[in-house]
Amino acid sequence: MITLENVTKTYSGETTIGPIDVQIPSGGITSLVGPNGAGKSTVLTMMGRLMSSDTGKITVGGLDVKQSKSIEVAKKLSILRQENHFVTRLTVRQLVGFGRYPHSQGRLTVEDEHHINSSLEFLNLTALQDRYLDELSGGQRQRAYVAMVLAQDTEYVFLDEPLNNLDMSHSVQMMRQLRKAADELGRTVIMVMHDINFASRYSDHILAMNEGQVTHFDTCADTMKSSVLSEIFGTSVRIIDDVDGPLAVYF
Amino acid sequence: MTKLSQSRPGGLDTSAGASKTAGLWSRSWPLLIGLMVTISLVIASLFIGVYDLNSEGGSEMFWITRVPRTIGLILSGASMAVVGLIMQLMTQNRFVEPSTTGTIEWAGLGLILTYVVVPQPSLTLRMIVAIVFSLIGTLIFFAFLQRVALKSSLVVPIVGLMLGAVVGAVSTFVALQTDMLQSLGIWFAGSFTGVTKGRYELLWIVALMTIIVYFIADRFTVAGLGQEIATSVGLNYRAVVLTGILIVAVVTGVVSVVVGSLPFLGLVVPNIVSMFRGDNLRSNLPWVMLVGIVVITLTDIIGRTIIMPFEIPVSMILGVFGATVFVYLIVKRGRRG
Repeated sequence: MITLENVTKTYSGETTIGPIDVQIPSGGITSLVGPNGAGKSTVLTMMGRLMSSDTGKITVGGLDVKQSKSIEVAKKLSILRQENHFVTRLTVRQLVGFGRYPHSQGRLTVEDEHHINSSLEFLNLTALQDRYLDELSGGQRQRAYVAMVLAQDTEYVFLDEPLNNLDMSHSVQMMRQLRKAADELGRTVIMVMHDINFASRYSDHILAMNEGQVTHFDTCADTMKSSVLSEIFGTSVRIIDDVDGPLAVYF
Repeated sequence: MTKLSQSRPGGLDTSAGASKTAGLWSRSWPLLIGLMVTISLVIASLFIGVYDLNSEGGSEMFWITRVPRTIGLILSGASMAVVGLIMQLMTQNRFVEPSTTGTIEWAGLGLILTYVVVPQPSLTLRMIVAIVFSLIGTLIFFAFLQRVALKSSLVVPIVGLMLGAVVGAVSTFVALQTDMLQSLGIWFAGSFTGVTKGRYELLWIVALMTIIVYFIADRFTVAGLGQEIATSVGLNYRAVVLTGILIVAVVTGVVSVVVGSLPFLGLVVPNIVSMFRGDNLRSNLPWVMLVGIVVITLTDIIGRTIIMPFEIPVSMILGVFGATVFVYLIVKRGRRG
């Protein structure tokens, strides 16, 4: 369970976020959606304690992320933001190995190696494990970072737009792998998503934000309605019922 | 046997015992060759010089100048290269090292001011002041980086070089006012000529720093992944960066006082090693040290021999060599986009 109580954040006097009070249940995938500048990434970043909130309290799995020791939080949750500009020359395997840092501080044990191997396998990176990160395509690198986050072996996994840099087929693959991580490994995945159709197809819950406020939090089925989506995104959205479920159409 | 570094070339065979020893050997022999090359250069350094060691007083001379000079080369070469890599990881920028961030110039300003305030400063006093000034300078550079959040890779060293130029100008002004311009010139020309018995012992401090780096190497590698990823895996990013800055300041300060400025060493060496072996600090540390020792010993031997019986300061040869590599790196990066 992730609990946000009266969480606010103000930047430069203009943009304000919150106050947010919301409880996200454990298990499954929850997608954060909404227009640009709604505060999705900020909320995710605060939940992952990379940024501290001005007021309020955030607990993830019973751990107050602001008060607890960072290394303890690192065993409970892992967070991956969008890729930064600098690519360290580490091999894929070395990078994924550093996902084990909270457990072993770099001196890898047999158990760590086991986690690294299964993470690499899980994201089909075994063949690429000895390649340097700067020799990979953007999509492969994205997968390597996700493998690192999974190797951290935390109950909660936060991802900021995991489909960035990925083409259509890799996006589908990534979402299937995340779905598998939720179903088979029992991870609770919270992610910021741009594409509402991707979000609804693979998530259990949708949390919508607008202008710093949580405007909607429900199951996917109850979110994929023309009236709800039109309000969330501020543009008219139609719903088509496809064989695989509802599809949002917005052009 | 389960170290991160060891699983790299071996591929999947992390459990098989036989292939592990084979893998260990295939990983060790390049290092052994590197070690042998370094040792032969070090021996060459011991026996190259104007003074004929077979003449009277040869063995005294050997212990008074050649041995200290060679130890000086080993310690300063290895530590300046390691410090360069640490700075590059912490700033996430390939072009950063003590001479492109103003750190060396700050140490120089500290030295000049010591001479101004205290007429006959002891070596220890000069060292302490140089360390404190390097620390201030490096902190200013990092504070600036954080505030402006310049991520473009070339802007960072340009800002550092500008900071260094301003600080260097202040030093020149002070030196001009106090008739010490000549001492300043001699100091900037980092050279091992004066590294003799009784003058080199402070360099053991940098050896200690390098040992500390080995024990916390993984933290620097994780910090090199960026503040967010480092925090996500539970690293106290701020504390690691502060520790790094302190190590950089101590090494730069000590080397500045004993040898003088050694430009580009920390830039060239980590970049060469990174091309072949990546950025994993702990497994690369021996390589960074070896290449650092090789580069500085070679340049010092060149400086000692080309205009024998006179010497060219090592910093001059390093400058020519380092600047060439620096330009090459910029061009290469530019082409990659």
